[in-house]
Amino acid sequence: MLEWGINILSGSLLLIGGAFGFIGGLGLFRFPDFYTRLHGAGITDTLCAICIGAGLILQSGISLLTLKLLLILLFLLFTAPTATHALSRAAMIDGVEPELADDSEPLSAHRGKPSSRT
Amino acid sequence: MRNVLFLSLTLAGLWLAISGVYKPVIFFLGGASLILVVWIALRMRIVGDEHNPLVFSWRLPVFWLWALGQIIQANLHVARLVFSPEKISPRIVSVPVPHKSSLGKVVYGNTCTLTPGTVTIGLDRDTLVAHALDEQSAQSLVSGRLADKICWLEGSTESQQ
Repeated sequence: MLEWGINILSGSLLLIGGAFGFIGGLGLFRFPDFYTRLHGAGITDTLCAICIGAGLILQSGISLLTLKLLLILLFLLFTAPTATHALSRAAMIDGVEPELADDSEPLSAHRGKPSSRT
Repeated sequence: MRNVLFLSLTLAGLWLAISGVYKPVIFFLGGASLILVVWIALRMRIVGDEHNPLVFSWRLPVFWLWALGQIIQANLHVARLVFSPEKISPRIVSVPVPHKSSLGKVVYGNTCTLTPGTVTIGLDRDTLVAHALDEQSAQSLVSGRLADKICWLEGSTESQQ
C-alpha cells in the first residue's frame, strides 16, 4: 500500500516536472527577446529540475543514490543562476538592448550596469 | 595550511562517498582531480572561505525552504505568462543591496536569478540591477522581502562573531 502511494507520488512529480520543462521550452519560443527568454529557461532550471529530482529520490529509496541525487540538485541550483547571469551580462556587454515596456525606465537610467571592456 | 588539509579531506570524503568504484586507476583519477581542485582553489584565494559561519547556521535551511516557496510561486506566475505572452511588460529595476558581506550579496543576486521572472544583470557595491518579466515580478524584488530575508540570514553571523 505504502509502495503504491510512493509510486503514485513520484510518478506525478516526474510528470509535473516534465510538464514544466515543456512549458519552459515553450516560453523560450514565445517570449520576444533574449532577456525575456531567459525567464522562460528559468522555469526549466528550477521547478522542473526540483520536481524531477524529488520524483527520482522517491524512486531510489534511502540509499547512496539519494545522496547523489540531492547533490546533483544542489549543484544545479547553484550553477544555473550563475550561468544565467553570465549569459545576460555577456549580452549586455555585447550591446543587446532589451525590449522594454513603454512605461518603464530605459537601461541607461540605471547604475551598476556592466561597462563594456575591451 | 590547516585549511588546505581540511579542504582536501572534505573533498576526499565526498569523492569516496559518491564514487563507489574502488580500483587503482579510479583512485589515481580521484587523487589527480583532488589536487587540481585544491590548486584552483588556492589560485582563486578562496581556501578557508567555507568556514563562514553562515554556512553552518540553522537559518540557512529555513531560508532555503522560504526561497523554495517563493520559487514555486514565481514559477506558476511565469508559466501563466508563457500561455499569454502578450501580457508581459519587461522592465529594468535597480534595488539597493543592504548586505555587508560579499556572501550575502552573492546569495541576493543568485536567489533573484533563481526566481523565474527576475534575472540579475548587474551587481556592484550597493546596487542590484535586474531584468523583470512584468510588473508583478518586479514588485517582488522592489518590495525588499528577499533583501530583508537575507539580512536576517546574515544576522546570524553577526551574533556569533
